[in-house]
Amino acid sequence: MTADLLYSDVEESLRSSVRDLLAARLSSHDVARSYDEAVDFRPLWRSLSSGLGLSGLLVPEVLGGAGATAREAAVVLEELGRSVAPVPFLTSSVVATTCLLAAGEEATVSRMAAGEVVTVLALPLDSDSSSWSSEVVARDGVLRGSVRNVADAGWADHLLLPAVGPDGELSLFLVEARDVRVDSVVSLDMSRAVADIAIDGAPGRPIVSGRDAIAAVDRALDAGAALLASEQLGVARWCFETTTAYLKERRQFGRLIGSYQAVKHRMADVFLEVGHMAAVARYAADCLATSSDDLPVAIAVAEAYCSDVAVHVAEEAVQLHGGLGMTWEHPAHLYLKRAKADQIAFGVPGRHRARLAELVDLPA
Amino acid sequence: MEQALREVLDEAVNRLLAEFPPSETDPADFLAARFDAGLAWVSFPLGCGGLEASHADQAVVEARLAAAGAPVPDPDGANGIGLGMAAPTIAAFGTEEQKQRFLRATFTGDVVWCQLFSEPGAGSDLAAVATRAVRDGDSWVVNGQKVWTSGAHNADFAILVARTDPDVPKHAGLTYFLCDMRVQGVDVRPLRQITGEAEFNEVFLTDVVIPDEDRLGVEGEGWKVANVTLNNERVAIGGHASRREDGQIGVLADRWREAPHLRNAASHDALLRHWVDAEATRLTAERLRQQLAVGQPGPEGATLKLAFATQAQAISGLGVELEAGDGLRFDDWTMRRPAGVSMTGRDTGYRYLRAKGNSIEGGTSEILRNVIAERVLGLPGEHRVDTTVPWKELPR
Repeated sequence: MTADLLYSDVEESLRSSVRDLLAARLSSHDVARSYDEAVDFRPLWRSLSSGLGLSGLLVPEVLGGAGATAREAAVVLEELGRSVAPVPFLTSSVVATTCLLAAGEEATVSRMAAGEVVTVLALPLDSDSSSWSSEVVARDGVLRGSVRNVADAGWADHLLLPAVGPDGELSLFLVEARDVRVDSVVSLDMSRAVADIAIDGAPGRPIVSGRDAIAAVDRALDAGAALLASEQLGVARWCFETTTAYLKERRQFGRLIGSYQAVKHRMADVFLEVGHMAAVARYAADCLATSSDDLPVAIAVAEAYCSDVAVHVAEEAVQLHGGLGMTWEHPAHLYLKRAKADQIAFGVPGRHRARLAELVDLPA
Repeated sequence: MEQALREVLDEAVNRLLAEFPPSETDPADFLAARFDAGLAWVSFPLGCGGLEASHADQAVVEARLAAAGAPVPDPDGANGIGLGMAAPTIAAFGTEEQKQRFLRATFTGDVVWCQLFSEPGAGSDLAAVATRAVRDGDSWVVNGQKVWTSGAHNADFAILVARTDPDVPKHAGLTYFLCDMRVQGVDVRPLRQITGEAEFNEVFLTDVVIPDEDRLGVEGEGWKVANVTLNNERVAIGGHASRREDGQIGVLADRWREAPHLRNAASHDALLRHWVDAEATRLTAERLRQQLAVGQPGPEGATLKLAFATQAQAISGLGVELEAGDGLRFDDWTMRRPAGVSMTGRDTGYRYLRAKGNSIEGGTSEILRNVIAERVLGLPGEHRVDTTVPWKELPR
């Protein structure tokens, strides 16, 4: 195995830029507030997208992007996860961008890279590349149907909509968001809210059809799953570091609670899990960046592992903060909600284990 | 500088292979020549089997020698304690005479070692050892009982921790010795374990005389010396390279593939969970090796033994259950005295029972969690009552 599981100097410098910007421009208080009222995170997204150029990170330089690889995008996601940032980087700048690049739709990608528009792939967030389908039908360039639980649809200027024609062939359509109805949904994780989309006679521009359309969507969902592991790692790292710090300052029975063995053994296990997450998330990112033959296994392992472990680490953060962890005021709940939603995103862990069983010849 | 050192290492390997072609050289002669070339433990000092290179360079040298078909030291695994624990401790604390006397002979297998650390009353709490060493002119007289001593019946020498001053707090009254296992008063008795065999021994020391020249390090500083040994034990147990499906998970996966009639849905999900965990640990070990190779060792190393132990037990447990009726059988309860341990060479029932030791030997998983929490995460230490009072006043 030759995959590079470390961080390069360039990646660390990108991390610092993203972390500094988020520290200056995003507070967990605003994220919590967004559960109760509309909070405008567009200025933050502008700073990240056109300011730092993150919306063009995966876009080739000839199309106005940075021409970076999945490894750099993974580091960005670690930092976005670390602050549960409510921005459409994963959905637009990773998943939809990957889909459009695979489909050869360059004009839209250039506008996305410049931060002018946001595009999301109109599939339920729990879709994975081995089990997605579309119930939207296309007839003479007019689309009808509905899609539930689409992440960041509220951000979208364009939707990338897979739809089936009269001949049964699947095509990928580019649809203006204003031509469909986007019903926002009260979501478990409001920092990446989902919405239901109703399409009732919307015009769509077909960009790719048949096998190529399916391949473009598969590739986009694989990119999402592979890099979600890095977001989960960022979520878990925040939980681990915040909880460790709390255990060094909170006293009960006259002792710092971090001195109790029952507590420190749980944190040792959390540390083990976060270290393992780093290795599998880096491996998945590197396999995606290098188009490794092992990418399908890397994704299945990363998502089967990180999805459950990020939830466990977030649950430990809530529990070990005691009553404080149960409050709305403390940010731990924002991370628990993101971790639990991420467990479902791009395929629940059981689906990834089932896929793994096929890949490594361990049949049921 | 680093580049220059790499070239020195490369050149040393080239010269060794040219002067002692592995296919035409007696293995013992090759190992002696390898030591003399500074390629035994490359991080050791010059003249002590090393070239003052980094730990990471060891893997590079091992890989090159393996590719050339060179003989490996300790092929049957009988001298792991000598190679992995005694040698680095002697390199760190030994006198020039001790280094000359022991390092080369340990590498070639002429001196085989065991470890006289644990006692019936001092397991996790190693600093509580009660075996007494009393000075008598130019030597020491040792009395006490040691336990869990792997390979004592084959060993020439032992690394020994004994109490030389009971009137000071326990960590301060220890001294580290190199003990000849062939002398009068050393009584080795097999200790049968739950697998039926006896890898371990009890060792009774009765008026054993150790010359003062076989003391390693300063009198009263045995705890400091022992910690170097123990840190190397954890490295030795947790640090090896592996392929996907290496070890127990591979045995279980192969069994799954060859025996469709044993499969059920619950076992399938459990198998895949273990497979994912084992692969995650394998990648974590690989990441750690990459960190070491660039001179940035990660603190995750402390977690690897914990992960290996947990997984070995869970995987072997599923292995027994998967066999259903045949899980009721056991391959062999004969009392044996194996030289080394193979976790994959016997039936699943044996592996299940032997794996129980994985979370006990070389530091229990509970102690490892304490170490991770306190030394890596910086969480406050346990409330202690045993570190400031003289050892002889501690309740036992």
